Amino acid sequence: MTYKLNGIQLNEFFARVASDKKLYLPVDTENGARFEEWTEGKTLSSKLNTVRSAKDFFFPQVQGIVDFKLEGKNIEVIDRREEVKDFVVFGVRACDAAAFAVLDRVFLSEHVDSFYAEKRNAATVITLACSNPEETCFCSSFGIDASAPGGDVEARLVEDALYLSPLTEKGEAFVESIKDLLVSADDAVVEADKALIKAKIAKLPLASLKPADLRDKQLETFESEAWAELSQSCLGCGSCTFVCPTCQCYDIRDFDTGHEVKRFRCWDSCMYSDFTLMAAENPRHTQPERFRQRFMHKLVYFPMNNDGVYGCVGCGRCLKKCPVSLNIVKVMKRIGGVKNEQ
Amino acid sequence: MNSNDTLIPFVAVVTDIRVDTADIKTFRVHSLDGDKPLKHIPGQCAMLSIPGVGEAMFSITSSPTNEDFIEFSIKKCGCLTEWLHRIEVGQQICIRGPYGNGFPVEGALKGKDLLFIAGGIGLAPLRSVINYCRHFRSNYGIIDVVYGARSKDDFVDYEEIENEWKKEDGMKVHLTIDRPQENWDGHVGFVPAFVKELGFDTTKTVILCGPPIMIKLTLEELIKLGFENTQIFTTLEMRMKCGVGKCGRCNVGNKYVCKDGPVFSFDQLDELPDEY
Repeated sequence: MTYKLNGIQLNEFFARVASDKKLYLPVDTENGARFEEWTEGKTLSSKLNTVRSAKDFFFPQVQGIVDFKLEGKNIEVIDRREEVKDFVVFGVRACDAAAFAVLDRVFLSEHVDSFYAEKRNAATVITLACSNPEETCFCSSFGIDASAPGGDVEARLVEDALYLSPLTEKGEAFVESIKDLLVSADDAVVEADKALIKAKIAKLPLASLKPADLRDKQLETFESEAWAELSQSCLGCGSCTFVCPTCQCYDIRDFDTGHEVKRFRCWDSCMYSDFTLMAAENPRHTQPERFRQRFMHKLVYFPMNNDGVYGCVGCGRCLKKCPVSLNIVKVMKRIGGVKNEQ
Repeated sequence: MNSNDTLIPFVAVVTDIRVDTADIKTFRVHSLDGDKPLKHIPGQCAMLSIPGVGEAMFSITSSPTNEDFIEFSIKKCGCLTEWLHRIEVGQQICIRGPYGNGFPVEGALKGKDLLFIAGGIGLAPLRSVINYCRHFRSNYGIIDVVYGARSKDDFVDYEEIENEWKKEDGMKVHLTIDRPQENWDGHVGFVPAFVKELGFDTTKTVILCGPPIMIKLTLEELIKLGFENTQIFTTLEMRMKCGVGKCGRCNVGNKYVCKDGPVFSFDQLDELPDEY
């Protein structure tokens, strides 16, 4: 079932949603588009994607775990965790929505990460179909359909009109809660929009890129001579990991405030030299080894453990952000992916 | 909110500290109400932390058959371990776990003649298995222990080795030190050469742990003696943060050492990239 707004403006719709729960959506800032809480006057960004991915909602850059008070030889564990209130995220693109499914496989598998799970449960994700995909997009390489981005509710803007299709129970509940703003929509409009988007995607420069299935070639791929050459200019800056919607490596650290100790986890990067450093040794001494780890994990190890699902969703952020123009597309082409036919 | 997450530790207390060598101490840990803080199987690990200093994974040295407490033999080699070496009895510490798969004491090791080979602090994770096998003595065959240390002053819990292991029926202990030393009439030399010299029966199941170079060279000798890599087990050490296969640090190939290991047989390791 698809609905459309009954003639009201987008901002009226946002105001209504935000009157009930916190609403986050991409807005334009001087540093590009980013997700912010909607308040009166904020408008939806017209950019295709946010600079940082939507993973921050569930796996924020810094997450408090627990606090401690130390007195003499004694330690007190202080759990200040508060319940996460329900919230709505609007405008998540197909790639980021697919990345949630990748992160779910990590954080919601055995030994469920409760910090991630509680945020995931609290969120209603409204995706937005990609009317204008960009040259750096290659989500279709991983079987992701930007014309049908998924989430709890699938939204699309067709000639400035907002169409909403609930896909999950949470999505149905959301639509029900704003039913008075909606009218039934003609499915033909949705189908036509999907066809239009698919046609645009087929013409993108990376449309023919396909990852190779390397699940049976772990050692062979690891030992490939291509890594030395591919990684030559890598600075180990970690930009790719921070903008990546699926990178999930983290560190756990303590901050001593002077009164107590706050234990938190924060994003980390397998590209950093101290990532695997131990007191006695470091199994990955050089940048080429660390570079290889990142891509082996996304293209070989993760699929091996996850029914062939890749640890990349083709969002293209690393293509834009790498200061020395390295990216996963170059890697895919060299380690068995189909050559770009351009 | 009363959180229940594996990343949140609980508080336990150090009730005894034994000085084993110049840089190894063994810490006895009880829960705050005087019980055993956690149940484990031999070869499993636990995360210990001192808030504000750090958190790290340590193998549990005591056997699960000890009903009263758990022990950790810890070598001084980094920030947290230096701090731990300065604490006194009564110090509270944070602990979470146990983590990892442990040794297959009820599987591949059961009913077999066992050959334990350890170098230095590498004995720490093996002591748990050795004492477990001693406790359930009739479930296992002959037990040989080859243990090498830098000097005679560097053996961990030398008293237990002399007074208990050496007197145990069907158990032989072969000690070696790196260099000749006064008042030492035992073997002198490195572990790999000692293993070659002793030349064990290849029907034994081997459990090997020590510094990477010792593991590598000993493995070579064992293969030359005719052992298959399927009968040799080891336990790996990698940096870890979460302990449950999510933080990414101990990822080697498609395995996470914290949850898929730390115990692997060498045929399993042969399928993984050599990055540990």
